Amino acid sequence: MHQVDARRLLCPMPVIRTQDAVRDLEPGDELEVICTDPGVKHDIPVWSRINGHEVLEIREADDEIIVHLRVGER
Amino acid sequence: MSETPRKAVALISGGLDSMLAARVIQEQGVHVEGINFYTGFCVEGHTQALRKKDRDKPKRNNALWVAEQLDMPLHIVDIVEEYKDVVINPRHGYGAHLNPCLDCKIFMVNKALEWAQENGFDFIITGEVIGQRPKSQRADTMPVIAEESGAFDRLLRPLCAKNLPPTLPEREGWVDREGLHDITGRSRKVQMELAERFGFDDYAQPAGGCCMLTNEEYSRKLTDMWRHQGDKDYELDDVMLLKVGRHLRPRDNFKVIIGREEGENRFLEGYRKQFTHLYPTSHNGPLTLVDGEASDDDLELAARLLARFSQGKKADSVTVDVVRRGGEPRSLEVAPLRPAEISRDWYI
Repeated sequence: MHQVDARRLLCPMPVIRTQDAVRDLEPGDELEVICTDPGVKHDIPVWSRINGHEVLEIREADDEIIVHLRVGER
Repeated sequence: MSETPRKAVALISGGLDSMLAARVIQEQGVHVEGINFYTGFCVEGHTQALRKKDRDKPKRNNALWVAEQLDMPLHIVDIVEEYKDVVINPRHGYGAHLNPCLDCKIFMVNKALEWAQENGFDFIITGEVIGQRPKSQRADTMPVIAEESGAFDRLLRPLCAKNLPPTLPEREGWVDREGLHDITGRSRKVQMELAERFGFDDYAQPAGGCCMLTNEEYSRKLTDMWRHQGDKDYELDDVMLLKVGRHLRPRDNFKVIIGREEGENRFLEGYRKQFTHLYPTSHNGPLTLVDGEASDDDLELAARLLARFSQGKKADSVTVDVVRRGGEPRSLEVAPLRPAEISRDWYI
């Protein structure tokens, strides 16, 4: 499992960090993005949909939001 | 139309015009992908993430939302570092505030051109409309943007193309000029009609407000920062902090940033190691960062000011912990400043 630490970053920086990480991954790889900006609950799923990736789960623990996604073919 | 499917990259701000421009070209069978630049000064995100009044609004990134409506990929590019030169040294000057709109557009079209060349795209489209913006979208600035960005006739403005000389995509038949538009001026009537035709019934109306540099209050804070640090440089943290909290400068050598609510306090907490900071311990109240070199006397003034914004504002005394950068907390007992003691001139 690959991880990106996007804590304390405000949108769209967590999306940009996700995008940069995904660029180096292969289709089928999974990635966890750890965030604190609640905006990611909306932005990362939208970014994933339009770029062909799949958000598997979004979970919240304390003040952190963890977005778990699978890299798509596009 | 030529038989080879051509590819265009569209500058997507999240507003209606760039959305329409991209759709107009999609309609002509061109493969369009969006590009959105993050300068650090983008309005979206900052306040929505921090302030309760904004969190209650629907939360979305408009550029992403537009891309989803158009069913096209969107590439968000971090240009924070490179963009500094645009803000600090705009060759064409500033607009009403610190907005370097013309230089900004030239820079972004140039970055889009670089991206297009690296990714095998044929031309660039923007949602520009002649006469829409006083600084950057005028008949005389359109060729300046095309030339100084290096895009020349690979830059197509689908919403006003018929008012401009034919570009390469039109001459080569990649797009049909007759399917483009001749919109001019500040009226949004034609755009509204186009939006209706395309079935867009929900879109952002930034009205130039997607950049903090068009905001008078924000520009004042940035000007104040530059004046007191002695140069026009900045870091992303500065850009963010200028957006957060009340900024007051009681004395020339320091200013305070006082959180206005829980979300801002939480955000400011991330800067405790970098700044001398204060917080009340006897009452609830905001975290306060001190920017500048402050003496003990300055910090006592900052503590009294902070106490005024705490729940102990009417108390005789408030206990405030002061932590110098990298130091240990030191408690001060202070009397909150009275309203009359807080000069309006302190507010930046």
